[in-house]
Amino acid sequence: MTDADALAASSIRVRGLTVRRGERILIEAADLDVTHRGVLLVRGPNGVGKSTLLMTLAGIVRPEAGTIEGIEPTGLHLLNYQSGLKSRLSVGENLKFWRDMNGGGGPSVEDALERVGIAPLIDLEAGYLSSGQLRRLSLARLLVSPRPLWLLDEPSAALDAAGEALLGQLIDGHRAGGGMAIIATHHDLPLADPAGVETMVLK
Amino acid sequence: MNAFLALIARELKLAFRAGGEAMVLVLFFVMVGVIVPFAIGPDRPMLTKLSPGIVWIAAFLSTLLGLDRLFRADDEDGSLTLLRFSVLPLEAIVFGKLVAHWLVTAVPLLLATPILALLLSMSFEQWGRTALALLIGTPALTAFGAIGAAVTVGLRRGGLVAPVLILPLAIPVMIFGVGMMDPMTGGGATLFLLALSLVVTAFSPFAAALALRTAGE
Repeated sequence: MTDADALAASSIRVRGLTVRRGERILIEAADLDVTHRGVLLVRGPNGVGKSTLLMTLAGIVRPEAGTIEGIEPTGLHLLNYQSGLKSRLSVGENLKFWRDMNGGGGPSVEDALERVGIAPLIDLEAGYLSSGQLRRLSLARLLVSPRPLWLLDEPSAALDAAGEALLGQLIDGHRAGGGMAIIATHHDLPLADPAGVETMVLK
Repeated sequence: MNAFLALIARELKLAFRAGGEAMVLVLFFVMVGVIVPFAIGPDRPMLTKLSPGIVWIAAFLSTLLGLDRLFRADDEDGSLTLLRFSVLPLEAIVFGKLVAHWLVTAVPLLLATPILALLLSMSFEQWGRTALALLIGTPALTAFGAIGAAVTVGLRRGGLVAPVLILPLAIPVMIFGVGMMDPMTGGGATLFLLALSLVVTAFSPFAAALALRTAGE
């Protein structure tokens, strides 16, 4: 992978992160580290602040206190329940748009769709896709523009068993290229290499 | 640049495929022209005299009513959040959306002005001035509108809040736009309208991007 050099040598260091939503303090003085090829699984019951943590790391939500080092807006991908896909554009057009917006540099639109298993649907309007297929298309968005950090919020939602296996492979491939991932999930993801996978439980 | 063009191309594609939404605004614009002669009565000289003002009222309202769709769809499907990780700064994205929005809302209005000119018995010279004034003035209306749309994007039923919010800001556009109709003093108004349009178009992406960033929190 040609982007390995660009992806390597990065690590994330977060100290004393406190996040408030309205009156409630959701996350208090959290520390977290993700190193090169590392994966951090964020766990905890619904509403505990997993998504908010990811949004804070992505720079969308401003933290109340704390420092975040090693995260650039153009160095990350966010995958959450909102797909950012337009139902009136075709699958290929949607993916091409995000490839252009995010700088590209990865596999072509066709190859990425092949990789996530929806290549035959390239000319179909995205509005006709099932939620699992939409999720696969969103995963293809991460592939076409390689970036060091993936922030995944319940990435296995709506995916079937084969889709979950695919998700595991994609994360493995991302790590093999030197990438990192922070994943909020309730499921155990089928990752090939358990070394470097850490778990953080929010209470 | 590639990303900027991709953004504009996507906006145009969406506008044409969503079908009709831009056309509804043009229809509204023409409807005003159809109704006014009936409301005023068969007084041709009076109609000719009032026609530039009527065209401006129609253009003003239809531009303001179309504003709501500037950021709302992208906010609802999450594109607006994801665009913040793109290679373009948010200001450039707002500017790109502004350009595309102007192309799909204001240009059809300009193309429809000859119909209004006929309905309102405008002279050819009057029509020329009106079209020129709209060409210069509509970017300012769209740019003011972007600020209003960005501020209200988080409101669930914010549809009419944005137009009301920016109405006071947009009134100078109308004043100078109608001022351009006077053959004697129109030159000064033209320059003022041009200046207003340029300043607002340059400034509004920054204001709107700031509002969008705050809305995301």
